[in-house]
Order: sequence, then structure tokens, then C-alpha cells
Amino acid sequence: MRFVDEFRDAGQARALAAKIAALCEPGRRYKLMEVCGGHTHTIYKHGLEDYLPESITLVHGPGCPVCVIPMGRVDDAIALASEPDVIRTSFGDMMRVPGSAGSFFDAKARGTDIRMVYSPLDSLKIARSNPDKHVVFMAIGFETTAPSTAMTLLRAQAAGITNFSVFCNHVTIIPAIKAILDSPDLRLDGFLGPGHVSTVIGCRPYEFIAGDYGKPVVVAGFEPLDILRSIHMLMVQLAEGRSEVENQYSRVVPWEGNPVALRAIGQTMELRPYFEWRGLGFISHSALKVRESHAAYDAERLFGVPGVRVADPKACQCGEVLKGVLKPWECKVFGTACTPETPIGTCMVSPEGACAAYYNFGRMDRHRLPVVSTTVKSTTVVSTTVVNAS
Amino acid sequence: MTTEQQVLDRIERARRRRPKVREERITMSHGAGGKATRTLIEAVFLDAFRNPLLEPLEDAARLRAGESTVALTTDSYVVSPLFFPGGDIGDLAVNGTVNDLAVAGARPLYLSAGFILEEGFPIADLTRITESMRAAAAAAGVQVVTGDTKVVERGKADGCYINTAGIGLVQRDLGLVQTRPGDAIIVSGPIGDHGVTIMLARGELDIEADVRSDTAPLNGLVAGLLDAVPGVRALRDATRGGVATILNEIARSAGVGVLASEDDIPVRAEVRGAAELLGIDPMYVACEGRLVAVVDGAQADQAVAALRAHPLGEQAAVIGRACEDSPGIVRLRTTFGGTRIVDLLVGDPLPRIC
Repeated sequence: MRFVDEFRDAGQARALAAKIAALCEPGRRYKLMEVCGGHTHTIYKHGLEDYLPESITLVHGPGCPVCVIPMGRVDDAIALASEPDVIRTSFGDMMRVPGSAGSFFDAKARGTDIRMVYSPLDSLKIARSNPDKHVVFMAIGFETTAPSTAMTLLRAQAAGITNFSVFCNHVTIIPAIKAILDSPDLRLDGFLGPGHVSTVIGCRPYEFIAGDYGKPVVVAGFEPLDILRSIHMLMVQLAEGRSEVENQYSRVVPWEGNPVALRAIGQTMELRPYFEWRGLGFISHSALKVRESHAAYDAERLFGVPGVRVADPKACQCGEVLKGVLKPWECKVFGTACTPETPIGTCMVSPEGACAAYYNFGRMDRHRLPVVSTTVKSTTVVSTTVVNAS
Repeated sequence: MTTEQQVLDRIERARRRRPKVREERITMSHGAGGKATRTLIEAVFLDAFRNPLLEPLEDAARLRAGESTVALTTDSYVVSPLFFPGGDIGDLAVNGTVNDLAVAGARPLYLSAGFILEEGFPIADLTRITESMRAAAAAAGVQVVTGDTKVVERGKADGCYINTAGIGLVQRDLGLVQTRPGDAIIVSGPIGDHGVTIMLARGELDIEADVRSDTAPLNGLVAGLLDAVPGVRALRDATRGGVATILNEIARSAGVGVLASEDDIPVRAEVRGAAELLGIDPMYVACEGRLVAVVDGAQADQAVAALRAHPLGEQAAVIGRACEDSPGIVRLRTTFGGTRIVDLLVGDPLPRIC
């Protein structure tokens, strides 16, 4: 299949793996964070860690939009959906996220009208064909999905649709990365930058990471060879003692981002003073809300939400996993009390969550099955170099 | 400090515990053919009806009747839309039950057909469905010999639901428990056609692709395989939950590991493309005319040749092997060259959002 197979070629992967291994300084350990959950998914789905030498550890970052939603927001969304004559729409990933009284799937089974959509614009179609109901779209995601919510708000206003609103939970990636850089728990050597977010915001916003913090950043695509190439680019920077922002995903990501999308976001949404992130706590200016000019489409203004803060279950260590302090399997409840079918924490829900990716794809003894040729050591990357702060 | 391997062992112990349904109500996951379905069956149905004939949870029960062994199976059909490229609910209802008998090593003979119809359902559509059933039954060499009709008020059903049951004469004793390390695992053709066709036929996705359901009766293909290959251990038709689910059933029932190779699994380009766009894995997508065969490793070539000799098995291929390593676990060598686990599906395949 064109545009897919050429990015999954095992021969090229072996060649890159050898180059990466050659760049490793003896005795030095490397911790690289992939910020985006999409990368985490690719890494596990294709077994990419099999290609990395033991000295490189991949740390899974906070870039899974489902994983960072705190339980209280899920409760708020379910409360909204339980209002009479409301149809709630949501991306599929949100359906199984547990609130304090069950997930959207459970609410659906109790009779709440919750529908899965692929695009927020589909919510407008549903609103048009159900004029006696009000449709609330549960908006989640980083800058990747915010433009489509923005376009939906603009279209709703232009078309004069009055039975539609957005429950806005969009978050922005930069404050989260900054929170991680400032966290004392973790020492990272470099970042794989989030490819899809960068199609919107471009590469400039990462310059402070390279400049102020001295950590190299490579904006990476989502196919397995993209990620290996990006790791290679990071290792070259580290070997040469450079810290710069580089763009591996230039076939999709323009350096300046997408000004049209940014404008649409700016027209319809503004920064919240602060927002609670699951595991990371309150981060200032890290999320978006619907602007005053579109107040008529803001579910929070229209319905008023309970807004009760719900503490994570005590056993849940999603916070440490999201910060990359713990590997998924090091969480106390991983795989026993917390599984994809009965998740306690959000990291186990979304296919982009580090725990779900590891549980579904990576939960095995790699030593029994050497995959790569003798030039690269096949290894259990996750087993050795983790700093446990708890 | 606990090591990763200790954690993995602990998880495997937890997974072997008796399943418990935690939900208070049925959710769509309970019908998706993955873990939730399995939990529901074991915790509710098997618990209520437990007996030695039911316990293997195979596609068909095997019953002694005088000198012969009879296979009995039943299946309900609730597909939406009722008509789709490559077939309709009618062929599906006949082929599905014929296939459940065939993969149990039985020669299908007779079917029953029960219809639950919604008030207002067009008679013309019903006739179209029964015509497909007639044709499918003729093609499979079975007869519909008894039936039932119920009508419910408008809004209480989605047009037409069909239940069929079937009996056949068991020709060969097959079962997943017979799988041994070294056995070859074979699929009879490209996977995922049916599921992707149905997803696209719903018209909710604005994706068009030239895909057709693979719904077909497998009894001819099975008969050819069993005649030519004495070392067939087990057969399964890869319906809900897809080939991934069957591989997990093999690993679990026989206590073996399964090592499959992504490169060797036939998937049509259109199906791969659509699945890639939707963020789903063809390994979990339903087929309605494909079987998975477990065959003595030494007879793998013979089995592939026998399958390829039949029009429904032209693209048959060995996709993996049973092994002693990692019992109960299915591993996949990816096209990329890495290795990962292929687990049972959790709930419906949910699309990824970014």
C-alpha cells in the first residue's frame, strides 16, 4: 500500500538501528521522551523497541488527549448528557473512560443518548436532523483536533444552528511539556516532538526546549520508520553536542504550522486561566474554552456543570506514568486490577495511552524471541533504567 | 524490586482467574466478540447451563445419536444494513450456520430459520432475503426444514432479525485442544472483507472502497481439506473478533504459544487501506467466508495445496505456528520486523482520534 509500506520497511529499519547503535557512547544511558500518544501506539504496535540498543530508554509522554482528562470532567460530561432532550456526541476514545460513576458506555447502557462521531461536524448533522433535541459535542484533544472544533463552531454560527453546543476540553501541549521539564522527577536527554500537533502549531514553539533547557527536539511522524529516523536525528544531535529543533515530519509539518487553523482557534476559543490535567495537576494557561463571542455554543455556560473535583483512585498511578516517571508495568495495579476492559486510570483506556499500548502489544518476554540480527541487541528496554520517584 | 517478568507472570495469573461480569447492564462490548463477550458467556451462560457438551464452547456441540455423532449449532443475525455489497442477512444466516457445522468437522444437513420482523417491514425485502437464503442453502447442499415467525411493534426491532440452527453429521473429530507445538496455522484467504464492507456500507464514514463481503459456505472447502489431509487438528471460521480472536483461542485452549507473521497474512489492499484510515486492525475484523486451520506442521504444504484447489481457498497461506514458548500468548512478527502481542479485542474497535 503506497504511503504506508515504504515507512515500514524492515531493511531500512535494520540499517537505521545499526546507525543508532553506533552513536551510543559506551556507558552512557539515554532517555528520550515521545511526547505524543500516537507515537507510543506506533512504538508498541510495530515492536519498535526491538530495534533499540539497551542504553536507549523511551519514556512515554503526556500527549494522549484522553489520558489527561481528569475524572471530574468525565463526570461533568455525563451530567450534561443526562439532561433531558440532550444528545451527547463524542470521539470513540472517550467512550470507555471511567468517571466516578462509570463510563459513557455505561451511561449509554442506562439509556443516555450518547453517539460516537468521527468528526465534530457530524454533530451538526445530528443537530439538524433532531431539531427538538440539543446536541452537545464533547471536545477533547490537543491543537490537533481543536481546529475541527473551531470550524464546527464557526459553521454552527454561520448556519444559525441553535441546538448545538461544545463542552470544551481542548488542551495545549507546550505547558505540559514545560511542566515535565520543570519536574524534578525526571531527567530526559531529548524529545520526539508531536507530529500532528505540529501540523497546526509548527515547530517554533519548541525552541525554548532546545534553547532554555538545552534538550534537542525532533518533530516526528507516526510510521515506525519515521520514529526510528527521528531517534537517529536526536542521537546525532546528542553525539555532536547540539540541541536544536529539527523536523523529521516535513512532508506534513510546515515549520510555521497552519495559520488558517490557528486563526480559527483564535476566533472561537481562548486560554483558560488554569486547567486540571490528570496526573500533572493544575497547569496555568494550558487549556482552551469557548470565547465570549460564541457563548451561545458553550455547553458550560448553557448548562452549568457540577465541576466537582474527583480525586483519582488511590491505587492509580497514571500521573507518574504520564510524566514518564513510571513505566506502565511498574504501576501497582497494572494488568491486574487495571486492564483495558476494566480500566482504573485513563492511560489504560485510549489505544494511545501508554498502559494500554504496553498491555495490548508489549506484555511479553522479549528475551525469548530475538528478532534483530546480531548487529543490534534485542532487549527489554523497559526493564533497567527507570527512576522510581514514588 | 519487582522485575518486569514478575509483573507479567502476575498478570497471567490474574487473567486465568474465573471471569466476573462487573457491569450492571449489557453494553455493546458484550456483543463484540472480544473479552467482554467471553466473560459474559463464561460468567452468565456457562454458569447457568454448565454441562460437558457445552463446556468446550466450540462452534457446535457434538452429540451422540445411535451410531453417529451429530453436530448442533445456532446463531442469530442482526446485521445492519440488511443488504450490503456481496450479500445480505439471508445468505449470512445460512452460510454462518453452515460454516459453524463445517468447521466442527461435520457435514451440514438441515437448518431451522426463525424470523423476528418489525411492524412495517416491506414484504419485498423479506422476499429478497428468503430468496438469498434459498440460493445459499442450495449452494451449500442443505435444506431449511423448520421455522418460526414473530412480529414485534414498530421501533422494537431493526427491520428483520434471523436465527438459524443447524445439524450435521460429524465426519472427523476436530478440536483446538488437539493443537501441538509445531503445528501450522493456515487461513483460507484474505481477511477482514466482511467487517470492512459492513462498516463502509453503513455510509457513516464517507469512505468508498471496492470491497465486498466474503460470505460463502465453507463446507465444500472443508470437505476437500479433510479428504486430503489426515493431520487437520482443528478448524474455526473467523467471524466476530476476526483471526486475532481465533489465534488467542488456539493459544488458550491448547496451552501453546502462537507465533504469527504479519507479512504472511493475506489482506486485500482495499481492506488494509480502509482499516488503516479507520485506525482498526484487520486481524480483528470479521470474515464470513474464511477459515483458520490448525494442521500438523509436516502436512502444512499439503493442506495449503488442498485449500488452494478450491475456488474459496485460492489465496490460502500459512500465517504462523504453534510453539512451546509463552503458552497462552499470541505474538506477531510485524512487517516492520519487531514483535508484539496480539490480545483479545476489548469492546468494539474504537477509532483513534489523532
